[in-house]
Amino acid sequence: MARHRGKGFSCINYPIGMNLGGDPSQALVHSNPDGKFMVALSSIDLGQGMKSVTRQIAAETLGVPIADVYVDTADSDTGPHCMGSFASRGTHRVGNAVIQAAQEARAVMLEAAAEELEVNAADLVTDGKGNIHVRGAPSRAITVAAACGAAQFKQGRTVSGRGIFLIPLSDVDPDTGEMTPVSCFAHAAMIVEVEVDDETGDVAVIEMNSAYEVGRALNPRLVEQQLVGGAWMGMSHALWETTEPYYPDRSHGPIDFNTYLMPGPGNIAPHNIAILERPAPDGPYGGKGPGEMCANPVLPAVANAVFNAVGVRVDELPITPEKVLRGIRAQGGARPQARR
Amino acid sequence: MAKKPVQFRLNGDEKAVFAAEGENLLDVLRRGVGDLTPKFGCGQGTCGACTVIIDGEPRLSCITLAETVEGKAVSTVAGLADGARLHPLQDAFMRHFAAQCGYCTPGMLMAAKALLDRNPRPSREDVVDAISGNLCRCTGYEAIINAILDAASGASQNARRV
Repeated sequence: MARHRGKGFSCINYPIGMNLGGDPSQALVHSNPDGKFMVALSSIDLGQGMKSVTRQIAAETLGVPIADVYVDTADSDTGPHCMGSFASRGTHRVGNAVIQAAQEARAVMLEAAAEELEVNAADLVTDGKGNIHVRGAPSRAITVAAACGAAQFKQGRTVSGRGIFLIPLSDVDPDTGEMTPVSCFAHAAMIVEVEVDDETGDVAVIEMNSAYEVGRALNPRLVEQQLVGGAWMGMSHALWETTEPYYPDRSHGPIDFNTYLMPGPGNIAPHNIAILERPAPDGPYGGKGPGEMCANPVLPAVANAVFNAVGVRVDELPITPEKVLRGIRAQGGARPQARR
Repeated sequence: MAKKPVQFRLNGDEKAVFAAEGENLLDVLRRGVGDLTPKFGCGQGTCGACTVIIDGEPRLSCITLAETVEGKAVSTVAGLADGARLHPLQDAFMRHFAAQCGYCTPGMLMAAKALLDRNPRPSREDVVDAISGNLCRCTGYEAIINAILDAASGASQNARRV
């Protein structure tokens, strides 16, 4: 009886958002008279960092300090329409909508500033610190707050913008059936090392090494955090979690957190991540977003690692000790494959 | 149903509430006292989101009878920060990005505080053991473990003002 180490490899091409066209999200941006900006969304931040990233995108596009931007989300009665937070679509779809809305608001802000400075709006630039000035002449300046205040109280303008991002419907070539189902792919490769106990069938994840290409990492710490957390979830789906079907019948199924198994803080493995930045041509500042692909490649990598360790090919998830043991017995013992 | 008066200290303040028979501490804290920092997760003591500290021990408030805290000291996340000055654990959680959705965070913080109060220099295994009753669906635990170890090392003893 022994413990066998094995390594498994997987790779993934992951389409961002819903495909074949459509998949719209909207954003509305407006300034308050004090020069602070509000981004109204219906898109939901459930921990993935939507509010942080759209705030960065809005501040960057408007040319104002990030502290002067507030993102209001998740009220579908009062916010503009969004398809939702799923399919890894948030950064890409919502971010693009925010850019469009912020560009329109910025144009009005610069027009208002131009009227106050008596210059041409096309000659104005922002310094990102709350000031607008004539290009090459920083002393010819007005604060964002003064420009937005003048717009509201003197000029009768709303410093506001509307944005929507919609993927054009992909035409199907009538002869070949060829079409463009996806506008943006993210990519990753992963190697997982496991240790399989051929007496108990227990599989322990020893280490994960991955490389993720997610466009520009708009917020690198959030990207890394999401990749680490998502890989935990992938590991959990590979080795622990299941709802239905449940062996041997439903009455043995999980009914609470005592019986719904997930890896705890003592079951985690070091995860070394290389984030490769290849800005997406149609992404907001090149961003694609990590999203669901954080979890997906872990499952085949673990299954391959189990095969590499003991020669058992488990093709039904989760890879429970029982399935591993049955596989080992069926082949008359562990059959470690070539180490890679 | 008859209600029973219960007096206890919450984060240093005297509290007196009427608790229904069989009412749990989590409901009394959230509905009776208005301290919304302990979270309702599973309601049966398996997820740790409702963790509070009672007389120095981490306890699951959803399965603690309210009347059993009579005369005791209860601590929640609401009492961690000193005004605008975050507790070193809160500061470390923030710097390590140890939260995503944040729902488990109050329970994690109280489980960690109970650990550091009795063992200021815990090992990684001590930390893992201390939070093993607290479920997190988002982070994969690594950042949480690192944040607690960091707070314990004193790296954030001078928690910055935010």
